[in-house]
Amino acid sequence: MTAPTVLSIEGLSIRFGGLTAVEDLTFQVREGEVLTLIGPNGAGKTSAFNAITGYIQPSAGDIVYRGECLVGMKPNQIAARGVVRTFQKTSVFSGLTMFENVLTGLHLRGKQHPLAIMLGLPSVRRDEERLRAEAWEILKLVGIEARAGEQASALPYGELRLLEVAVALAAKPTLLLLDEPVSGMNPTETADFMTLIGRIRALGITILLVEHDMKMVMGISDRIVCLNQGRIIADAPPAEIQKDPEVIRAYLGERYVRARG
Amino acid sequence: MTNRILSLAWVAFLISIPFWMEDLYYLHVLIVTGIFIIAAMSLNLLLGYTGQLSLGHVAFFGIGAYVSSLVSLGFEIHVLPNTTVSLDPKPVWFAMLVAVIFSGLCGWFIGRVSFKVRGAYFVIVTVSFAEVVRLVSLNWMELTQGPMALNNIPYLTLGIPEVFEVEFIGKVPCYYLVLAVAVFTYVVIRRLVQSRAGRAMIALRENEPLASSVGVDVTRVLVLATIVSAGLAGLAGALYAHYVRIVDPDVFLFIYTVTMVIMVITGGKGTLAGPIVGGLVFGIFPEVLRGFQVQPEIQWITYGVLMILIVYFLPAGIVPAIRSLLPRRLVEGGDGSVEPNATAEARS
Repeated sequence: MTAPTVLSIEGLSIRFGGLTAVEDLTFQVREGEVLTLIGPNGAGKTSAFNAITGYIQPSAGDIVYRGECLVGMKPNQIAARGVVRTFQKTSVFSGLTMFENVLTGLHLRGKQHPLAIMLGLPSVRRDEERLRAEAWEILKLVGIEARAGEQASALPYGELRLLEVAVALAAKPTLLLLDEPVSGMNPTETADFMTLIGRIRALGITILLVEHDMKMVMGISDRIVCLNQGRIIADAPPAEIQKDPEVIRAYLGERYVRARG
Repeated sequence: MTNRILSLAWVAFLISIPFWMEDLYYLHVLIVTGIFIIAAMSLNLLLGYTGQLSLGHVAFFGIGAYVSSLVSLGFEIHVLPNTTVSLDPKPVWFAMLVAVIFSGLCGWFIGRVSFKVRGAYFVIVTVSFAEVVRLVSLNWMELTQGPMALNNIPYLTLGIPEVFEVEFIGKVPCYYLVLAVAVFTYVVIRRLVQSRAGRAMIALRENEPLASSVGVDVTRVLVLATIVSAGLAGLAGALYAHYVRIVDPDVFLFIYTVTMVIMVITGGKGTLAGPIVGGLVFGIFPEVLRGFQVQPEIQWITYGVLMILIVYFLPAGIVPAIRSLLPRRLVEGGDGSVEPNATAEARS
């Protein structure tokens, strides 16, 4: 595995007043891989996500994506560079239908000048038709096209989580950050989600994941970074992570290791 | 398709009104209601689609009225002891255009100033702006004549002088002018909200963090909405000025903003038809009461009770309530929704 590095985090620190959420974090994400951040609650995983996507400003450190420094950019500027995230707490446009949600997510792919819109130029109508077709493709890719016309607030939890991924995919990411996408899903839904991640990978999208479901993490990750109290304690492929004594002590626990045999 | 036929039927009905409505007073009521509906539609773009309540919307309306009046009347003011700025009277259509652009610029300013404030703070910025503008209009005697008002504002004429001219003076021509502008406003807002820009506005209303995570530049969208909204409110104000032909600082009264907000909220904010329905109800209802020889106090009390009843029983507004009663088939492809074809495609 010698794929080029796409995202490089150097000495990232995040402090909230006196509390240090993330301390001197350094890791790289390589093109096309699935990299998972694991660690106990409060280890700084979501804070790192928020810093990468511009929702909080890091206190120190560099975040470089394909040669461009992301620190100081607004979330929408970072999204325009191909780094798109989902949120830990389910976040969709709940007043809109599934189809409208994805169509809204396609914002970056649209080409419509406000004046052209108000004048009703034919180019706008063509663009709208193209966007609708693309929205449909994304719904099919994620496998939720059957309920496209339903309002998001009426959807069951599992499909809401899929819709989130669909909205993120609509923004045409090259690096997708998923924050605990299968939390609260049952085993069947989780298994389906794992195949979805496979399909997303096949599109050439690099994935950075935060997840607690170890079956999924061990099943799909190329590499795992384990955080504890804001610091990296391990950075290795799944097989090695499972044997790492510090990871077992801080996060996995002896029972997990015994259960796996 | 049914929707298109329905709206054409509506427009045809509105065009026919002056032919059978003999009482010019009722036509006057319709004209003023129409002007308010235009302003309410522009407010709806902000309140209903971006979710930001502008409680100073009357500022843009009044600015439109004053700018259009001043440009068509001409003025001369002393800026510095030895410098005067003067403007010769200009044609009314040109004055109205300047009014729209100037109101739009004010909207741009408000959008930029309040790019980080939302909710209550946005309300405060807009209220303050309206109050400042009102005080300017009241005290800058040299420009606005203050409480003495701008009089003899010319009416709109269109066409080539001395060859063919339409004069918009009197009730019937003004009615058609207001109707035309209202249709124009409706079309512009409809195109906007059913496009990528409109979806970005709705995204800002529904979930701002998610909107920016998919690349929506929230500030830019809010500024676009305030520019268009303010420009259209300015257009309504200009129409008002050249219809009543007298403008005083009372055009900035807070009660006018409140009227627009009531029209939007009772009709259904975030729907295209909402401000029209709400505007018709609250523009015409007081006149109906007057027809029954009801005392003015009772009129206002009834007005208030009606408003409370609507908000209490139909919290989303009249239009969404009616829509939820209609069979689903009729609603598809309706206005306001971003995806008229989705369900059709789902079946195919």
